[in-house]
Amino acid sequence: MRRLLKDAEHLVRLAILFAAGVLAFLIVRALLVPPGFGEYGHFRTGAMADNQKRPLGYAGRAACTECHGEEAALFAKGSHARIGCESCHGALAAHVADSDKVVPAKLEVVALCSRCHAENQARPKKQPQVDIEKHSEGNACTECHDAHSPAQ
Amino acid sequence: MTLDRRQFLSATGKYLLLTGAAAQAWAYVEQGRPEEAPGYDMNRHWWAMFIDIEKCIGCGRCVDACKVENDVPPEAHFSRTWVERYYIPPPDPIDPKKELLPIVDSPDGGRYGFPEIYPPSGGGKSFFVPKMCNHCAHSPCVQVCPVGATFEGPDGVVLVDKKYCIGCRYCVQACPYGCRFIDPRTNTVDKCTLCYHRITKGLTTACCEVCPTAARQLGDLRNPDDPIHELLRTHKVQVLKPNLATGAKAYYNGLDAAVR
Repeated sequence: MRRLLKDAEHLVRLAILFAAGVLAFLIVRALLVPPGFGEYGHFRTGAMADNQKRPLGYAGRAACTECHGEEAALFAKGSHARIGCESCHGALAAHVADSDKVVPAKLEVVALCSRCHAENQARPKKQPQVDIEKHSEGNACTECHDAHSPAQ
Repeated sequence: MTLDRRQFLSATGKYLLLTGAAAQAWAYVEQGRPEEAPGYDMNRHWWAMFIDIEKCIGCGRCVDACKVENDVPPEAHFSRTWVERYYIPPPDPIDPKKELLPIVDSPDGGRYGFPEIYPPSGGGKSFFVPKMCNHCAHSPCVQVCPVGATFEGPDGVVLVDKKYCIGCRYCVQACPYGCRFIDPRTNTVDKCTLCYHRITKGLTTACCEVCPTAARQLGDLRNPDDPIHELLRTHKVQVLKPNLATGAKAYYNGLDAAVR
């Protein structure tokens, strides 16, 4: 038995060296691979939470209706009913958070209306379009139309 | 404290039915604010987008909203979404065999709208095509990433891990739809996240929120009550470059063969 061990001594040394190598690999791997990597696939699970962290810019129309119920009621009857408030008024999550500090900017009416209603042959035929200069003769659209219920 | 049998059964019943996160979320639903409920379960969603070309009026509000919501650099070539205008000239009466090559333009990504540049009675046809990440189920961009910095989440959204991206640009080249770019401020890749910070809170994406004609609609294919199922059933839809078998999930209604 003793003789056998003596003969295999070089093998034991090799085995220890190999085990140490494997151990070193496992330690380095554990240090380098981030927690959660591989849980759902070849990526770090925490990356999904990172992507969720962004603050909101647009609050969504439901948030607007909470305070501006009157406008929303008029709006719901008109042909613009499906359009989100922030489509014209801009991103206003900051206004929802603090309505004193952040006030919505005044809108440049003609430029804004013509974004959707200026004549353009690429637009679908159903879209109401006008030659802005001829139609308004330089007046603001809101002098005749109510933007919240434009048929009026 | 004493409970009669009715209260006891009602309380235990509720907790048996709604365990853990669901019970927490229920408190928010009862207050009428379901969107604030914590515990978004990524395994119960499969997000897709329905894009109706026949409704797009080319106003560019979506492009603007995306830039504002996601702090995308202002230059047109850094765009997570953009709108293209296609113009297909009329057939040539002398040589009808001639291939009709479409002319595509997208000034500032369509952010400020499209000035009319084509003759009104030229006989050609023109239309708008909103473009964005297709959130492919078999994404070429994910397959080439050498460090696992981009991935298809369990909810079908293709996201980027900004902490792991090494900016090697393989994915930018791999995307057949041109939906990725390198953010010059961080030198990491950037792309549409399908407004992941919004949809996980129960809101829709910024582009869908502002679209005045509902030409874009976010849909959850794992939710049987989502209106997208009705839309997909009642429209003849197509995805971009179906020959590449990317499993694209941006479903286009009214897609012309000229669109690439």
